[in-house]
Amino acid sequence: MDAQNYAKNAADLATNAQKLAEQAANVANQATQIATDQAQQGMPFIVTGLTVFVLAVFVGYYVVWRVTPALHSPLMSVTNAVSSVIIVGALIATGAHHFGFSMVMGFLAVILASVNIFGGFMVTQRMLAMYKKKAPAQGAKK
Amino acid sequence: MLIATSLAYLAAAVCFIMALRGLSSPETARTGNAYGIAGMAIAIITSLFVLPQFSVLAAVLIIAGIAIGGAAGAHIARTIKMTSLPQLVAAFHSLVGLAAVFIAAAAYYAPEEYRIGTDGDIHVGSLIEMSLGIAIGAITFTGSLVAFLKLDGRMSGKPLVFPMQHPLNAALAAGLVLLILLLCTTQSAFFFWLIILVSLGLGFLLILPIGGADMPVVVSMLNSYSGWAACGIGFTLQNPLLIITGALVGSSGAILSYIMCKGMNRSIFNVILGGFGGDAAAGAAAGPAGDRSFKSGSADDAAFIMKNASSVIVVPGYGMAVAQAQHAVREMADILKKEGVDVKYAIHPVAGRMPGHMNVLLAEANVPYDEVFELEEINRDFGQADVAYVIGANDVTNPAAKTDPSSPIYGMPILDVEKAKTVLFIKRSMGAGYAGVENELFFRPNTMMLFGDAKKVTEEIVKAMSGGH
Repeated sequence: MDAQNYAKNAADLATNAQKLAEQAANVANQATQIATDQAQQGMPFIVTGLTVFVLAVFVGYYVVWRVTPALHSPLMSVTNAVSSVIIVGALIATGAHHFGFSMVMGFLAVILASVNIFGGFMVTQRMLAMYKKKAPAQGAKK
Repeated sequence: MLIATSLAYLAAAVCFIMALRGLSSPETARTGNAYGIAGMAIAIITSLFVLPQFSVLAAVLIIAGIAIGGAAGAHIARTIKMTSLPQLVAAFHSLVGLAAVFIAAAAYYAPEEYRIGTDGDIHVGSLIEMSLGIAIGAITFTGSLVAFLKLDGRMSGKPLVFPMQHPLNAALAAGLVLLILLLCTTQSAFFFWLIILVSLGLGFLLILPIGGADMPVVVSMLNSYSGWAACGIGFTLQNPLLIITGALVGSSGAILSYIMCKGMNRSIFNVILGGFGGDAAAGAAAGPAGDRSFKSGSADDAAFIMKNASSVIVVPGYGMAVAQAQHAVREMADILKKEGVDVKYAIHPVAGRMPGHMNVLLAEANVPYDEVFELEEINRDFGQADVAYVIGANDVTNPAAKTDPSSPIYGMPILDVEKAKTVLFIKRSMGAGYAGVENELFFRPNTMMLFGDAKKVTEEIVKAMSGGH
């Protein structure tokens, strides 16, 4: 009889353990759920975004003040080309799951941004290629 | 977003910062541009990996879009004349603005793909960011379009002023805020498109009253706007790269506008409110221009004076750009240098129609950049200079800015050309400059006027110089 009792106890224990494990797993699941929820709600993108934004404005401020006035025109054309990085947003629309108005808009934006990217960088290059230092040979040659 | 893509975007952002950093000197500038191109390539390739779905259709659209746009952009960049640079930059700004509007529209009609909510239930935060993006984008688009038309001469460069202009603009701006609130509460597409429409109108009206010579400020301001529009899109897409880039461009344009305003001693509000140079012309017409005597000379006189000088400072202005006289000026300088004359160039911050306009034109004519000086660097040298050769510049040399508190340009920093022993003014006529102010320098005994097209006059001087030898 003892042996039977032991076996029954063991079986009970096993089922209990299994239930506990299930509950633990549930709790763990909930915990991760809450954690991810909090990660999304507790630190919304707007905060990170603003941090990045403000710091980038400061970087821009100090970098641009160091640009020599002689290169202000190339600065404008290169910043123009660089701001066309919004093409990244247009690409998302072209890869949408359904064809629709959104995709058309994305396609048009890809074209416009590409005009700027190629045109902007190339015209900057053309401008910069013209800036030359005084030829040292001028005096030395004679 | 995957960690790898975030890091790639970070690398692209660093490249863009390096691109601007490179412009601190002409020697590093070309490397800077290469950094910019690299950053853009990284950004585009990375974003291809995080498309919602990579279909054949997507591939076709992307390749076709980049091919069409790229070919057009490359063609324009290759064929554009350097004198048309200001209008080109304005046109490019308008494209960024329009692209921002299109992207926001794409996001509004397919919010699931952009992970900003579901159709008809977009997160309020995203809606606010999106509306800021489209508003700034649309204002940039039409504003730049007007700037382009004015710079390209397809529209009068005169400020267009009409009654109730400022109250109308203020009402439109207030209406815009109201519409954004309505969009956030109703999610209605009607308000989305109304925001675009009102912003388009506002951009148009904002730039209309601003005159041609204030365009350096306008172009840099629109440069700044295109950056802020990119920022707005970056917040909507939750993409740090777009935010960083937009902030860099935005602050760059803002700094340029500030420098330009300082160069004219005017506040940004004064420029934006516009109307400058329009009504002041009446005062100039009343001025006693007819009865004052001035000395006018020929190309031979000018050639003789400059050949016998030991130092000449060339002061170029917008007139040089219009006449495309930069090559002739360089030729003249070459002859003078051979004669042992010291030749330098002095550039006022607001000379021309965009920041750095004169520098690019002189560089195009192969003038070494170490012979070209900014106002603060060279202003003291005029006292020792024998000749100041003022070609197509007027207001930036007018001493009234220092002496006459009633003058509209009073307080503006000017190039002290009057301190040179002889001032040669190359001008089409005795007419006043953009500010509508008479330049009293014309009537001074040490000033000689050379009337005619800047290029023709300079070429004649070159001929006289080489002929007399």
